[in-house]
Amino acid sequence: MSQQLYLSSSPHIHSGETTSKVMHAVIYSLLPACGVAVYFFGPSALSVLLIATLGCLATEVVCQRLMGQPVTIADGSAAITGILLALNLPPSSPWWLTLLGAVIAIAIGKQVYGGLGSNPFNPALVARVVLLISFPVQMTTWSAPAPLGSGLDLVTTATPLGAWKNAVMLTGQMPSDLPGSTADYFLGNMPGCIGEVSALALLLGAAYLFYRRILTWHIPTAFIGTVILLSGLFWLIDPAKYPNPVFHLVTGGLILGAFYMATDMVTTPVSTRGMLLFGVGCGLLTVLIRLFGGYPEGVSFAILLMNAATPLIDRYTRPKTFGTPGQEVVR
Amino acid sequence: MSLLENFKKGLWRENAVFRLLLGLCPTLAVTTSAENGVAMGLATTFVLVGSNVVVSMLRKVIPGKVRIPAFIVIIASFVTVVQLCMEAYFYDLYKALGIFIPLIVVNCLILGRAEAFASKNRLLPATVDGLGMGTGFTLALFVLGAVRELFGSGTLLGYAVFGSGYQPLILMILPPGAFIAMGLLLAAMNLFDARRR
Repeated sequence: MSQQLYLSSSPHIHSGETTSKVMHAVIYSLLPACGVAVYFFGPSALSVLLIATLGCLATEVVCQRLMGQPVTIADGSAAITGILLALNLPPSSPWWLTLLGAVIAIAIGKQVYGGLGSNPFNPALVARVVLLISFPVQMTTWSAPAPLGSGLDLVTTATPLGAWKNAVMLTGQMPSDLPGSTADYFLGNMPGCIGEVSALALLLGAAYLFYRRILTWHIPTAFIGTVILLSGLFWLIDPAKYPNPVFHLVTGGLILGAFYMATDMVTTPVSTRGMLLFGVGCGLLTVLIRLFGGYPEGVSFAILLMNAATPLIDRYTRPKTFGTPGQEVVR
Repeated sequence: MSLLENFKKGLWRENAVFRLLLGLCPTLAVTTSAENGVAMGLATTFVLVGSNVVVSMLRKVIPGKVRIPAFIVIIASFVTVVQLCMEAYFYDLYKALGIFIPLIVVNCLILGRAEAFASKNRLLPATVDGLGMGTGFTLALFVLGAVRELFGSGTLLGYAVFGSGYQPLILMILPPGAFIAMGLLLAAMNLFDARRR
């Protein structure tokens, strides 16, 4: 008997997927959106992207050194937080705003909870909301896109959602002259956060993630489906006041939020039933904030609020334990 | 325990806010500036010393079964004194602190000291305990208020600290900023204690 028997506990088959592979795939999938951003908003978008990403990496190094932990910036998670933060900022963000956001995202949003995998809230969204509450002027100064080579300067203007909310608050009616067409909105030719403008580029990236099986359909479908259903309902009730579901779909941060922020593995439920519930909750809150809230856009608040509900959702959607017939699951 | 030690314990080792985590509702709510923090701390200290004195003097008279209502009546009397005095002499502060002045009645620090200390000790130690705990509470509120005011408004006790180009981090004087500042200060204190050991 020269043969040796190796014993190990399950799982026995490994997919080969590691944290850093997943993170790098997400980074690749965000490149089209970054490219479109630089095309439409020029060097200012590029500098926001660079400052946010480098700021997040630097903060991660400093935090992990201070806490005496191994430095893990090579896994790409801090870089993703940086890119997602940049994609959630207006192109005209001053450098200190972007840098402060990066520090808040990593230090307050992630490392105080113990680093990757322990944070209850999406770090990039925490930073975005802190900045939005603290610096409402800088965070809602939007630039009209000026494609590379067009020779245009960036001009301050309102986002489609902002223009709608303004008009409804003043007149109670949908404005007749919303800037841009649906095709513009879909391609990204509209004012907004750096990364939210181009639905097309975001969908391309998301398709790659689906292909790599990093995304599952549950959260994005439930999220976007709920937004379409609910906003469609209001549109049918009063089309003179409420915009149609397509408008809701392609303006604002819905696509970015639904595919990249609401699907963060750390801060969302683990079971499929839980994911569906999570998505529906995000959709409900988004539409309610957009239509009736004080802010024109509600995707980031919706996702953060549902992040807070995630432990509860996980608790109530826990699958039944096998091998315990007739026994109540101990809650 | 000597009287000095009795006084000092409230400053750091048994600090109401940062060690016992008592009375957090007014702590988090009113510390939007250093001035508000100190005012709240002084008002609470007055009530705390007053209630400790009276509870200690009456500790043999108050029947055990109704001691909590009796304590609350005593505390509420002192809070009424504070409230009327502030309304008469410090009207701006009275308006700034608002509902949180009458709410001193339900500050668990005061009831906690009455129950845990004053009702079991003689007059002098009970008075010193109230003074120490109150001073510690005031200091904690001052520090928290100062940190929040510094970053949230760019001022300290109303004087501008940073240059005119400073953009205040408004979040710090909003409710979430209270929790974030509180957490970071707690972490800093724990770090300090851990290093000292």
